[in-house]
Amino acid sequence: MVQENGKATTLALKLRVWRQRRGQPGAFEEHALAAVPTSASFLEMMDMLNEQLIKQGKDTFAFDHDCREGICGMCSMTINGMPHGPLPGVTTCQLHMRNFRDGETITVEPWRARAFPVLKDLAVDRSAFDKVIQSGGFITVRTGSAPEANNIPVPKPVADEAMDAAECIGCGACVASCKNGSAMLFVGAKINHLNILPQGQAERDRRTLAMVKTMDEAGFGNCTNYGECQAHCPKSITLDVIAKLNRDYLRARVKEFFSSTGKPSKGGD
Amino acid sequence: MALTGLVLIGFVLGHLLGNLLMFKGPAALNEYAKWLHDHPGLIWTARMVLLISVFAHIWVGIKLSLENKASRDGGPAVDATRRASLGSRTMPYSGVVILGFIVFHLLHFTFKSVAVAYQGDSVYAMVVAGFSQPAIAIFYIVSMLLLCLHLGHGVSSVFQTLGLRNERWRGRLDALAQAYAWFIALGFISIPLAVLTGCLK
Repeated sequence: MVQENGKATTLALKLRVWRQRRGQPGAFEEHALAAVPTSASFLEMMDMLNEQLIKQGKDTFAFDHDCREGICGMCSMTINGMPHGPLPGVTTCQLHMRNFRDGETITVEPWRARAFPVLKDLAVDRSAFDKVIQSGGFITVRTGSAPEANNIPVPKPVADEAMDAAECIGCGACVASCKNGSAMLFVGAKINHLNILPQGQAERDRRTLAMVKTMDEAGFGNCTNYGECQAHCPKSITLDVIAKLNRDYLRARVKEFFSSTGKPSKGGD
Repeated sequence: MALTGLVLIGFVLGHLLGNLLMFKGPAALNEYAKWLHDHPGLIWTARMVLLISVFAHIWVGIKLSLENKASRDGGPAVDATRRASLGSRTMPYSGVVILGFIVFHLLHFTFKSVAVAYQGDSVYAMVVAGFSQPAIAIFYIVSMLLLCLHLGHGVSSVFQTLGLRNERWRGRLDALAQAYAWFIALGFISIPLAVLTGCLK
């Protein structure tokens, strides 16, 4: 530990990191890591650990990361039981080591959910989210030329609400934090973002039914209103999106049930 | 869960209001019981709706619990619950105890297979005699506290499941759910407690 103005600037840590090969059972591995700067991000600390392992001629830990700016949704570690670590409203890459104590033992695990199988160590397969998006998380428009922006007026509060939902980066922390492994916060955010905008109206019911169906088929659990997802979401998406998903789903189901076929029923006049 | 729960939430209120006639005296309660029995159409419709709701509630509850346990895949090695309330985490357990309570309660006061020493057909006398056994009265009280825990999460969840909740209303609706749960539980508890302490004879 190096000190500057009475405050520690580097940390010595004990790390318990999950080691797993695809399709095989995994286990924790313990490593000591010295001289971690408090200004390092959690991912930079993991880079230091991997460099140390390379020097020792050992296998490195696989983990997902990309932008390291908190906006891409790739990083995905459960740190001391908390997806993205102890700070609310930040991703793992924006979590800095000053939030940990010198000599602390830190447990690092992958997202734990049946719908997110472990690829290797801390990297999980999140393509279940892609399937949900492919089933309805879009609007069908002719692309190639941008339309005149003022053709479709969007009231400011609606635009704000859609933007709040669109903040979701699809990282999967909601699933990882949920005691049911449910993806309702993710699906709710994606459905809301499109369902409240005028551009999303044409496919509103079809989208809602298709995305919920795909979500269920992917093996995600059901929402029982624990609220853990909201408490762990790095973008602080609220349970409002789940309430609105429930409302839209109910509405779409009722409309589907009483939809007209345009033909008289058999035996009718 | 929400729709069947809603039926049961409504039932406990009606049941409680009827039971509280205990404090108005034997005549009021016995007249109310007689009125119910004089309307078999009403009482049997209510019983059928309740029976279907209870079984549907249990069936969906079991299905949810099993699916959710499988989806979780064990969960992280370290538990770091941030927000989930005690009530929300114990729904299956409080539910099982309440089911056990319902079965006992029916055997006790409806089918009368559990021995209760009283004379005549006074419902009032039956309740007083039933709760004069401390073990039974305490079992009723504990069950009602678990019902309070179950309702505290259940009532607030109804709003969320039906899509009638947002962050602005969340605090108020949760408070409403807690108030309702405590009103129901304390209301029911007041009767065995009054018998145990000798306020109702």
